[in-house]
Amino acid sequence: MNGIHDLGGMHGMGPIAPEKEGEEPLWHAPWEARMFGMRRGGTLPPGYNIDRWRHVRELIPPDLYLQRSYYDHWCMSYFAALLDGGWATEEEIASGHAAPGSAKRNDAMRPDQVGQAQKTGGRFARALDTPPLFAIGQRVRTRNINPTGHTRLPRYVRGKVGIVQLHHGGHVFPDSNAHKAGEAPQHLYTVAFPFRELWGPDASAVDEACADLWESYLEPA
Amino acid sequence: MSPHDHHHHDHGEPGLGEHHHIHSKLPSDPALRVKALESLLTEKGLVDPATIDAWVETYESKIGPRIGARVVARAWVDSEFKRRLLADATKTLDEIDLLGNQGQHMVAVENTPQLHNMVVCTLCSCYPLPLLGLPPSWYKSAPYRSRVVIDPRGVLKEFGVELPAETKIRVWDSTAEVRYLVVPQRPNGSDGMSEEQLAALVTRDSMIGTGLVSLT
Amino acid sequence: MSLQEHPHHHAHGAGHGHSLVPSDPALRTKALESLLTEKGLVDPAAIDAWIDAYERRIGPRRGAAIVARAWVDADFKRRLLQDANAAIAPFGFLGREAQHVVVLENTAAIHNMIVCTLCSCYPWGLLGLPPRWYKAAPYRARAVIDPRGVLREFGLELDEATEVRVWDSTAEIRYMVLPQRPEGSEHMTEEQLAELVTRDSMIGVAQVQVAKAAAR
Repeated sequence: MNGIHDLGGMHGMGPIAPEKEGEEPLWHAPWEARMFGMRRGGTLPPGYNIDRWRHVRELIPPDLYLQRSYYDHWCMSYFAALLDGGWATEEEIASGHAAPGSAKRNDAMRPDQVGQAQKTGGRFARALDTPPLFAIGQRVRTRNINPTGHTRLPRYVRGKVGIVQLHHGGHVFPDSNAHKAGEAPQHLYTVAFPFRELWGPDASAVDEACADLWESYLEPA
Repeated sequence: MSPHDHHHHDHGEPGLGEHHHIHSKLPSDPALRVKALESLLTEKGLVDPATIDAWVETYESKIGPRIGARVVARAWVDSEFKRRLLADATKTLDEIDLLGNQGQHMVAVENTPQLHNMVVCTLCSCYPLPLLGLPPSWYKSAPYRSRVVIDPRGVLKEFGVELPAETKIRVWDSTAEVRYLVVPQRPNGSDGMSEEQLAALVTRDSMIGTGLVSLT
Repeated sequence: MSLQEHPHHHAHGAGHGHSLVPSDPALRTKALESLLTEKGLVDPAAIDAWIDAYERRIGPRRGAAIVARAWVDADFKRRLLQDANAAIAPFGFLGREAQHVVVLENTAAIHNMIVCTLCSCYPWGLLGLPPRWYKAAPYRARAVIDPRGVLREFGLELDEATEVRVWDSTAEIRYMVLPQRPEGSEHMTEEQLAELVTRDSMIGVAQVQVAKAAAR
């Protein structure tokens, strides 16, 4: 979707103003730590993989997306996921409590499972039978597509010509996986785009931006 | 059917977007919002509060940028390790048990006088957690995410880094599940230092590409 | 303070809600009026006069009069479509907010609609104040990518064969749509016709209908 999350190249977002490394707190409020642990250790409704989770974040209303900070996005997304999955009612969400007498699960991640989950979670490479369409060093053009669902093709690289830099083999395709349509793995490439291709003749002649792009985002150039 | 139709059904789920009317019903203070979520999840058996504590503890005391710094220092002193790291970071890091959640598919990119690499995630905030721990706030904020792909030199200036115009900057936008680690340049004057001393020099920002490593 | 540092953006980043101006827009506007008045930058009576002009004199009835004339006077219509400024000048409607006007004729084959994706440009001198939805993000974002979906929200389903042409007011040209004269209006006078013409039909998000007007 052409949403507010697709920030690459937007102007007017202000200075980065980084806190000095080493002087920044790990958490900026106690609730950030709670939210982090809830996201990592909490159970989500069926169909909630990393891609659907990201899509729900993208659907945060644009004004709130810009106003609220990162872990707060997680909080809003978790509530939305509970509603989406039918695991909480609007009344429960508004009250912050389970309805009296409602069912309670007993399969949440236990503290002793955290170490293993940190080690093993999140593997997305998949073996493919089909050979890759593109080779390292080849010129490719990104398609100009505007799906209203989840996609990982940022707007600033659409319709642009770049060079295949890396080939990663098969990876789960987010555009499908986010919408309960299966993993549908495809070849994944890293494509390098010269700044002048992205931003025109006034941009740097030497700089490049690379993005990781699935095969169906690309065509030969 | 064109290859295009094959992969891009228009997947918008209108009902999903409408869920966000619930935000007006939630507490306006984020601390209260998160507390409400924790109560609800706990009461429904969807999360164990002790598990939350365990995750927090993991990133407070076990997983952080010192891990990445040790990898960089080793690459500086062990050219065979460096060669393997740059050729296949996933395999090389797996051998020393450093892969993990949000960092199972790794690519290491080397900074040189000719090439300076920087890492961003314009679409969300992807970051190599097993090597660098939790991302800093600025990495997740709109200013960094929007600007680094169009004005990386301006961004670097805000971090106090000014590169020669002829040094190529390559910005890696983490749009998939591949996570990038920058191997910064080893600073001049560090020749006599041990691997441990070198690791102590390596900053987190230098492994994101927004900083350089220096002796001071 | 530079132009980029709006007072409401003075302190950046999450959690620093500092603001130099009141958070209630009524109080914000009042503070501005006091300041401007005290500095002699605005005359409160002039504010009243502007409000009065748009409450009483300038509104969509102006555009409707032009549309009705075009429907009954073929030569006027020809001149209007060729050089709207010259044709409209005798009405006395041109002015500060409608200096360069282009009128677009809707037919069975082409349906024109107007938007300003970058801000909210609108032919104020001909249609009065723009409606809220015209200035809001949903219309501005969607009109150029999903015009038929937008029209459906206004209750208008166009034939697939009808070309939709969206005019994005990116410069100082102001567009007004000349809607199709409805069937069943053949016997009507110019004044009666003007009564039928809605504001939305002149923006291009509706068609003019006899029945609808009768039901009003």
